[in-house]
Amino acid sequence: MLELATVSLLNGIVYGLLLFMLTSGLTLIFSMMGVLNFAHASVFMVGAYLSYQFARWVGFWPALVIAPLACGLIGAAIERYGLRHVHKSGHVAEILFTFGLAYLIEELVTMIWGRNAVANSVPAVIDFPLFSLFGSSFPAYKGLMMAISIAMFVFLYVALKRTRIGLVIQAALTHPQMVGALGHDVPGIFVLVFAVGSALAGLAGVIGGFMLLTQPTLANAIGPIVFVVVVIGGLGSLGGALIASMLIGILQTFAVAIDYSLLDALRAAGIAVTRASPLYDFYSIKVATAAPIVPYVLLVLMLIVRPRGLMGKRDV
Amino acid sequence: MHSIFRYVPVVVALLIAAPAAADVKIAFIDPLSGGAATTGILAQKTHQFYIDAINAAGGINGEKIELISFDNKVNPQESLIQLKKALDEGARYVVQGNGSSIAHAITDAVLKYNERNPGKEVVFLNYAAVDPALTNEKCNFWHFRFDADADMKMAAMTDVIAKDSKVKKVYLINQDYSFGKAVAVAATKMLAEKRPDIKIVGDELHPLQKVQDFSPYVAKIKASGADTVITGNWSNDMVLLVKAGKDAGLKVKWETFYGGSPGTVTAIGEAGVDTLKQVTEWHKNATPDLDPTVAAFMKRYPGKENEYAYYRAKAMWDMFAAAAKKAGSNDPVKVAKALEGMKMPTPVGEVEMRADNHQLLQPLYVSTLSKNTKYDVEDSGLGWKSDAKVDAKATALPTTCKMQRPT
Repeated sequence: MLELATVSLLNGIVYGLLLFMLTSGLTLIFSMMGVLNFAHASVFMVGAYLSYQFARWVGFWPALVIAPLACGLIGAAIERYGLRHVHKSGHVAEILFTFGLAYLIEELVTMIWGRNAVANSVPAVIDFPLFSLFGSSFPAYKGLMMAISIAMFVFLYVALKRTRIGLVIQAALTHPQMVGALGHDVPGIFVLVFAVGSALAGLAGVIGGFMLLTQPTLANAIGPIVFVVVVIGGLGSLGGALIASMLIGILQTFAVAIDYSLLDALRAAGIAVTRASPLYDFYSIKVATAAPIVPYVLLVLMLIVRPRGLMGKRDV
Repeated sequence: MHSIFRYVPVVVALLIAAPAAADVKIAFIDPLSGGAATTGILAQKTHQFYIDAINAAGGINGEKIELISFDNKVNPQESLIQLKKALDEGARYVVQGNGSSIAHAITDAVLKYNERNPGKEVVFLNYAAVDPALTNEKCNFWHFRFDADADMKMAAMTDVIAKDSKVKKVYLINQDYSFGKAVAVAATKMLAEKRPDIKIVGDELHPLQKVQDFSPYVAKIKASGADTVITGNWSNDMVLLVKAGKDAGLKVKWETFYGGSPGTVTAIGEAGVDTLKQVTEWHKNATPDLDPTVAAFMKRYPGKENEYAYYRAKAMWDMFAAAAKKAGSNDPVKVAKALEGMKMPTPVGEVEMRADNHQLLQPLYVSTLSKNTKYDVEDSGLGWKSDAKVDAKATALPTTCKMQRPT
């Protein structure tokens, strides 16, 4: 029991940190620009594909740098030549733009790399068991992922809260005219923010691609959960995103380990339930079977109880 | 100003002339977009390949076959809309395979349509939906299945497990829908009959194609002490499961239906050697030399993306053409009657379409991923090696089907 609990906790933290990697860039873009970027998961996917491609050409370590940079450039181009023009028409236009972009990216990826998953296998340098816990090995690439995820949080936190450029960026969101009048290049700042946000998505893609399947449906597969994390954490809150990621990761992992159902609870409470009882099928669903809907249940509850999320400053 | 309008008569003439060449329309209703498109498009290419061969040999009764494709997005409601479209376009044969839930919707719709439209009957050729109910309590005259059902595959799998004395604890993990549940029930029942000493240490159902990280499930399998995992998972659920198992260093035998799902061998790699097993009607090393049609398919559709997988499609189209020839007509009722009880020699052995429930009996292979095989899969250097072959006759199971035939 202790064995399963420990391994589950570890798995939960790993999954939570993966979720945070996915959401950090999205949170950055939303909190600094007010743009809810539906194409974020697609940029993540592009990161996974680019790292696969570059790793084949120049090796894994250079790819770890080049792929996020390339994603950053793609992000900058999206902002400069797309979003900037749409921005004038308001948030709905922006959301629709990124929404359409997600489809476009998926089709492009399919055209370039095909519909099937590519063999994005873990490179030999990080493909060894880091340590062993109760006989289950813990792969080194997951360790690297945890380290990168934590580094991302620290980098973003320090950059935004403790540096001058962070101050200017925050000011540019609320008072663009004033910041512009003071001589700062506001459009340039937005390009930078979008580029950094996309680069973070790309970096997440490099590592996440090993854990998930690098195929054109990757963006669709992780898109919903990313938004759940952001909403639960509070739109635009970095700390909230971290807490929500860990919460969802750990809750979901533990739910899988629980083989009890509502039926067992009712019977333990002395209530007789038989096959003939109404809703019998519902009671007999094991918690483990329902585990993957845990994040969505949390999302609904959060929107009812506290629409601004754990640490958000404004309502959704 | 004489613009393009002067070409109008020519274009119209072409438009009128073109369809006349194709006489027998066959509707292919399967996922062609979204997550399951990989399998749908591969199947589409395979069917087209064999239909082209029939057409090149003169077609059936002098008429050419045209395959028209409809994207159902693996959704039963969408499938029914597409079926309606197909019927409106004049299709009298329907081909579908991905998803038993969809096969149920189509077989019901076809049955109803045929009752209401005598003289315009439609026949349903099912090449991959394996819920046993389709040829048992839900069977009907218009449905023919060319893939072995879940019970038949499980019987072959458990026969091999029964002979392996090292198997002591088995963990079942399946997708939470009709097919996944059928696999779990069959495994529990057959293991209890064949090897009562084997303990089932886990019976897990997880949502269909929704799980991104199987590590928690693998931790549970590990904690249960299982030495063998039985799963009917397919597509991403198969790949991600073995991938998580490999990451955690899980040492079990994977007894699967779809270990050959695109990407699975690539994902598990060397860790799958001697541990990943599958039950199929064919694999590349089933016969000493590759079937010439498979070789031709690989030449026409090169690349990993097109890893050949639907050998049963060959039997299906060979039998279809033979049935049409025997009936001397392309009328669905006559072709269906000719298909009943038809036997056909193939490179893997004789196959037979059961007359009592329209289930094809074909040899089944239990195979293991191995090094040094003659033909590898997905350019991995690894290939399937047969552990056992079950002859077509031996795969037959009792049926509860009470078929009503048209008079």
